[in-house]
Amino acid sequence: MEAVIAIAIGVMFASGVWLILRPRTFQVIIGLLLISYAVNMFIFIMGRLSINKPPLTLDSPVEVGMFADPVTQALVLTAIVIGFATSALYLVLLLTSRGLTGTDHVDGKEPRQ
Amino acid sequence: MRFWADQLILLPILLPLLFAALLVLLNGRRQQLKFAINLTGTLALLVTAIALFWLTDSEVWPNGVGAYLAANWVAPFGIVLVVDRLAALMLTLCAVIATAALVFSYRRWSRSGVHFHSLFQFLLAGINGAFITGDLFNLFVFFEIMLAASYGLLLLGLQPNRIRASMQYVVINLLASSFFLIGVALIYAAAGTLNMADLAVRAASMDDSERLLLEVGAAILAIAFLTKSAMWPLGFWLPTTYAAAAPPVGAMLVLMTKVGVYVLLRLWLLVFADQETSLQAISGTALVVAGLLTLAFGTIGLLGSQELGRMAGFSAIISSGTLLAAVGYGEQQVVSAALFYLLSSTLAVAAFMLLIELIERIRKPSAAMLALTMEAFAIDNDPEESAGVIIPAAMAFLGLAFVACALIIAGLPPLSGFVAKFTLFHALLNPAGMFIDNLYTAGPLAWTMLALIILSGLAAIISLMRFGVRTFWSTDATAPRLQLTEAMPVSLLLALCISMTVLAGPVSAYLDRTASALHQPSLYIDRVMSITAVPGVVINEGATP
Repeated sequence: MEAVIAIAIGVMFASGVWLILRPRTFQVIIGLLLISYAVNMFIFIMGRLSINKPPLTLDSPVEVGMFADPVTQALVLTAIVIGFATSALYLVLLLTSRGLTGTDHVDGKEPRQ
Repeated sequence: MRFWADQLILLPILLPLLFAALLVLLNGRRQQLKFAINLTGTLALLVTAIALFWLTDSEVWPNGVGAYLAANWVAPFGIVLVVDRLAALMLTLCAVIATAALVFSYRRWSRSGVHFHSLFQFLLAGINGAFITGDLFNLFVFFEIMLAASYGLLLLGLQPNRIRASMQYVVINLLASSFFLIGVALIYAAAGTLNMADLAVRAASMDDSERLLLEVGAAILAIAFLTKSAMWPLGFWLPTTYAAAAPPVGAMLVLMTKVGVYVLLRLWLLVFADQETSLQAISGTALVVAGLLTLAFGTIGLLGSQELGRMAGFSAIISSGTLLAAVGYGEQQVVSAALFYLLSSTLAVAAFMLLIELIERIRKPSAAMLALTMEAFAIDNDPEESAGVIIPAAMAFLGLAFVACALIIAGLPPLSGFVAKFTLFHALLNPAGMFIDNLYTAGPLAWTMLALIILSGLAAIISLMRFGVRTFWSTDATAPRLQLTEAMPVSLLLALCISMTVLAGPVSAYLDRTASALHQPSLYIDRVMSITAVPGVVINEGATP
């Protein structure tokens, strides 16, 4: 299972890197989103992979091995929210730039043919 | 006394957040009121910062380290805010530059965007939070608050060149944030904690595989900070961004590059200081080399740039490069000298950023007027052209201020830039301290650094004088109209540099204390780990929802 997740994250990150190197703003934002998904997955599995283990309990003597790490889950929640907000901001910027310059090239002008 | 002093630690984050929230609620047409509230908030922050500055250097807290437990949870579990001498120093620097930038923005810039005032306060909350937070994940959160506010401020006025610069700036920073998160996640996987003090304790007793993971995490984390502090080759975004930013925002951006340097200094000396491993020596050397490359890049860029905005950008890169190299050295004397350099160069480059717009008015009065009409859209319809106090002898003021900035940036006597560089050279050649004879011989790296710093000073003086001669001595230079609110902030920042020169002794003594505290990480760690929760707060045990 570790290998599958690792490959998935790697492929997602690599696709993101390729996309942000493209010249169109839409490709760049999709690349940024892919990278942020990959990073979120990465944070999540840093609490180790586990199946059928709850992160929280109310039982008094806690047996640590029976529970998933709640800290990474809290961290990834924050990271998702922040990543979402900044991506939305970039989306607005992208549209403004498109409106003002009339092109979706990242330099704000079409390259000469 | 202790109790209230402890509460004060929260204020540098709380005050800007409250003021920002208040400012969002006010209608954008009430510019005067919004400005007054913003100024009140910033001045309150300045007072708080000075109070913390004084508290950390007196005997109120043991060893000058104050800690605040958010929500009364003890150290490794809850969020802890820590203020020591270095943090208090940076808070004060931030508040001073913020005050200057805000007063400067009164006449024009604060009116050219809808939520300038709220964004400004959010920016302050983010920067201050990054200075006083005690754990890595909150550092990330505060970084993001700071960056989000800076995106908004950079876009102020929505000119096409600003939008283009912002697009690059936003993408670079989003990527850097991804690296930040990867680094944080790896460190958590290795150490099981994100609290800096706890991390330092656990790092000391790690086995090799965990240690490797921690070091990989730290290296990836460093990419984020080094991007922020514009290390070569991660700093290509900086000159474009600085040249495009509005002057008050530019002044704040100068401060933001120093946040990266601050975090490096803090984490480096706290977590990796005690381990005398070969890896630490290698990464220290790598940081010095990277700093020197940055310095060289900045020097060449400064010589090549004709535009004032880009010159300021490259000056900031030179300042970053010098600081990174000095941090990589890590010797106590070098760090102390580097802090002096940090203060002096940050103030001077910030003043320079503000000065740029005023100088541009000499060169192209018509262009400045055009820009003014373009910028002032829709929010405030009555033009403030004739209002305000116009200062006399504008040309003389601009000339003097420009020369002062140039002298400090180039590091020539008699101003603080020279003192900073001199102490830095002395520390590089004789780390044991001034007036102590020993047979220490500086290595080739120190000599390279010395040569590069001198060369960068030469490049700065050539570049700035070339510009100054063309501008101030040209025949068609016309004296621009300068308002008091524009001249005052520049004078304030430069006056601080001059007083740093006059009071170089006490300032250096303070910075020596700061550096020596940084080199005893156990003081910080013990204080954070030993602080107990406030008694008398009932924790309702066994309560079920």
